[in-house]
Amino acid sequence: MPTHAVETKSAKRLVAVDRFLTFIRVFLVTMIVIGLLAFVWQQIDADNPFARWRNPGARGLTGAQFKGLLISGLSQGSMYGLIALGYSMVYGVLGFINFAHGEVFMVGAMTGFVASDKFAANGMWESNFLLCLVLIMLMAIFFSTFTAVLMERVAYRPLRNSPRLIPLITSIGVSFFIQNLVLGLFGPSTKSYPRLPEWLSAQRSVPPERIPWPDALTFQVGGTRLLVLVVAAVSMAGLWYIVERTKTGKAMRAVAEDKEIASLMGIDVNRTIVTTFAVGGAMAGVGGILWGLMFRSVTHMTGFLPGVKAFTAAVVGGIGNLGGAMAGGISLGSAESIAPLLILEPLGVPGVSQLKDAVSFTVLVLVLLFRPSGLFGERLSSEERA
Amino acid sequence: MSTLALTMPSSAIDQDWRRVLRWGLICGGVLVALCLVGMPVELDRRELIERYLSLGYVSILLIPIVIGRIAATQVVLEGFESRKQGLFDLVTGLLVGMFGGTCLTLLIVALDSWNLRDPLVNWSPKLFRFLTYENGIGFGAMAWIVTCGLLGMLGAASHVVPTIVRRVSATVVLSLLGLSVLEGAVDDLSEGFGLDWLTDLLYAKKGGLTLTSTFVAGAVIAVVAVLTSGRVKALTTSYREKEGAERQKASMILFVVVAVLCIVLPIFLGKIMNELLANVGLFLLLALGLNIVVGLAGLLDLGYVAFFAVGGYTTAVLTSPNSPFFAPEMHFGFALVFVVIFAVIIGLVIGAPVIRMRGDYLAIVTLGFGEIIRLLFLSDWLSPYFGGAQGITNIPGVDLGFATVKGTDPRSVFYLVLFFCAIAIYVSWRLQASRLGRAWMAIREDEQVAEAMGINTVSCKLMAFVVGAVMAAFSGAVLAAKVGSIFPTSFMILISIIILVVVIVGGMGNIAGVMVGSFVLIGVLGGPKQPGLLQEFQNFKLLIYGMLLVFMMLKRPEGLVPSARRSRELHQEEFLQDAWLKGDKLGADDDDGETVGDDGGEEE
Repeated sequence: MPTHAVETKSAKRLVAVDRFLTFIRVFLVTMIVIGLLAFVWQQIDADNPFARWRNPGARGLTGAQFKGLLISGLSQGSMYGLIALGYSMVYGVLGFINFAHGEVFMVGAMTGFVASDKFAANGMWESNFLLCLVLIMLMAIFFSTFTAVLMERVAYRPLRNSPRLIPLITSIGVSFFIQNLVLGLFGPSTKSYPRLPEWLSAQRSVPPERIPWPDALTFQVGGTRLLVLVVAAVSMAGLWYIVERTKTGKAMRAVAEDKEIASLMGIDVNRTIVTTFAVGGAMAGVGGILWGLMFRSVTHMTGFLPGVKAFTAAVVGGIGNLGGAMAGGISLGSAESIAPLLILEPLGVPGVSQLKDAVSFTVLVLVLLFRPSGLFGERLSSEERA
Repeated sequence: MSTLALTMPSSAIDQDWRRVLRWGLICGGVLVALCLVGMPVELDRRELIERYLSLGYVSILLIPIVIGRIAATQVVLEGFESRKQGLFDLVTGLLVGMFGGTCLTLLIVALDSWNLRDPLVNWSPKLFRFLTYENGIGFGAMAWIVTCGLLGMLGAASHVVPTIVRRVSATVVLSLLGLSVLEGAVDDLSEGFGLDWLTDLLYAKKGGLTLTSTFVAGAVIAVVAVLTSGRVKALTTSYREKEGAERQKASMILFVVVAVLCIVLPIFLGKIMNELLANVGLFLLLALGLNIVVGLAGLLDLGYVAFFAVGGYTTAVLTSPNSPFFAPEMHFGFALVFVVIFAVIIGLVIGAPVIRMRGDYLAIVTLGFGEIIRLLFLSDWLSPYFGGAQGITNIPGVDLGFATVKGTDPRSVFYLVLFFCAIAIYVSWRLQASRLGRAWMAIREDEQVAEAMGINTVSCKLMAFVVGAVMAAFSGAVLAAKVGSIFPTSFMILISIIILVVVIVGGMGNIAGVMVGSFVLIGVLGGPKQPGLLQEFQNFKLLIYGMLLVFMMLKRPEGLVPSARRSRELHQEEFLQDAWLKGDKLGADDDDGETVGDDGGEEE
């Protein structure tokens, strides 16, 4: 009998927590639905009382505004995706969150600043932009990769078999250290990238005007964003090729599946892990350059928020899943740029653009509440799934 | 691990060159990085020994000693024959140091020939003058190579000389360093006790020890060290080896001494030192709370600062007349009741969704919550209630009837903080050994097993969140009363991480460890905005915090003052290995479960 009593008691407590969680879920979903409905009503009939219920001043969005938001969300999201790849790959192989990966991204952006600043000073940036772009990208990839590999060698390799939280805490320390090292080396000021040449940053329509295409599906895209999208797509394709079609990629997948068996099959596990860090670092370096080109400003703290958001993207897409990471990044970026205006504004929240970051954290919580394995499923080895 | 080759090198020349090169490169890299971060130039302003030695030079000179010592360390494995240490190690140290010196020389040459001031802010003529002693490149280069080489050798020599010499010289150097670095604190203390004449004698007027006093103090310390050599160590070991009631008695004595010191000392201290102690107390309170969440229950909460913010804002809204929306102007004591209520609510609200998540997801999600709370306080949406970026100002102090605790009177603030700390320490101490505390530890060690043993993991984890939240909220309340104003920027994620460093450096899951951690880190280096004893390190303390966190995780994850149970958990493999090497019957079995059980049995 006493055991039975204990059981019911604990079951009751569990139910309380579960009820609360259900309440949170229902509440969040209701808010989202109400916001969306109000928005849709606004679009259909601007004077509808339901649409103006919480926010009398709401005007809704025009099609061009919406497309603009979508494009900015997509380009930002593709950067999150590039960073998220690093998180996802490392998580897949080693089973811990490399919190310092955002700093790898920041190192890339910082390298890009230093190099592009020098190029701008001797006029090469204007006269031969594409060459400069390739050069700064290579440099950023080099330094980011170097940072990532060094990090693995110094901080993570000795901890490979320790309890799960230890490498995570270490990576927080590494992140803190790199941030402040960069602060010490380059100073606290905000660094701004040189202006992009006029021919590149001009607005273009996609697809080009000479192709017959319905107006409603034509996007006006700033040249910089277009560049970001193209470079991100190319890097993603390159990564896909490496992981799926080369021997190195095969080794990486094997190590992610089971380290011991992989080493029995003659795979050098250490080397594969280093490669994983290097490839993730390179992607983050590319992302850093794109970030610099798009927002044109870098500080030592640049890596923190994009890093956490990229992790969110990796979780949204299902951690360990590379395609998922990219898709997660893009959906997070779009959600972050559209959701405040789409959902929060009709609910009467003022100053919604300040809540952009809060929105992406909420997305993280939502995904973990509803689908902890992400939208596209996790790909983890059995031991890490626990 | 090529150093462990069984064939022993026969002479000093027959070095393991890769090892020497590696440590030399590390030494050079650290030295150059330090210079470029600007540490030596900034610290150069602080003189340690009048006109002869500044803190800037010490910060550089210590590096080759430490790295020389590490490079010459030998991994001794049980069962293997180890080489006798001697000339071989000295040469290793010398070469490593000289390598570092060479890197500095290259830096000097580079400083002279190029101007990289644009990206690297510390690439300055000042650094050049510092590195060359204003005597030209040639002199600087020679001096650095020779000094670093000698210092590296000195570091390596610490393995070779007899223990007594090493111990005494280390004591002398470290105490002299402490005496000169902590000049402000010593000054303040001696003033309080009316010993001004002693410090006047010891220190020069412009700061730093005088040369004569250095020698005199050094000699005195050396004599004391020789006389007491071995005693201190014997005392600590005897304390450690005590069991049961005897141990309890010793702990009690230690505790009473610390408590009396805490109560009496502030009376003799000046304003700055009391302010410092108050800050230490605030962070100790936070760290004690986080110790329960991270140290006992094993939940890595990176958004801990959220609870700090809740405490601060609740107090601010309820007591300040300037609160924008609702200003009941309550007394601090009443406000505390609401602080507890809100802390519990927020603890539950944040805790409930994250409680079922994997450990690492939990960390990031709580980090997200910490940011969300700060962003909400900052946003236009809630600014009609909480003042947005302008924050809430004009928070009154604590009116106790006979006195008012306010930021302008740090001594009273310290006593207030001490009161809360005492409660928190008592609560944590009682909780640790309670049913709940043991349940937390079980969950930390293995959640599934704990659940199978009938522990309600969900409610236990929630309790940990709530208890931690209440402690943090108290700290926030005291902060509000102390500073008198609250802004969203007072609650950056940075604080969470610094508290995490405090808990980890001190020793997770151990109250004494957390106390030591906050005294050492917050007291000496300072909090995120609060200066510590070493104000010169203001710009570098975050760098040092990051480095410490990584270092501790790699080398001593159990912290400075480890809790016995925790360190056993972390070094389980080493215990097993030792047992295996010693040919222990039980250990040789290679059956984890059995050996662990055996270990646990010994501990009881």
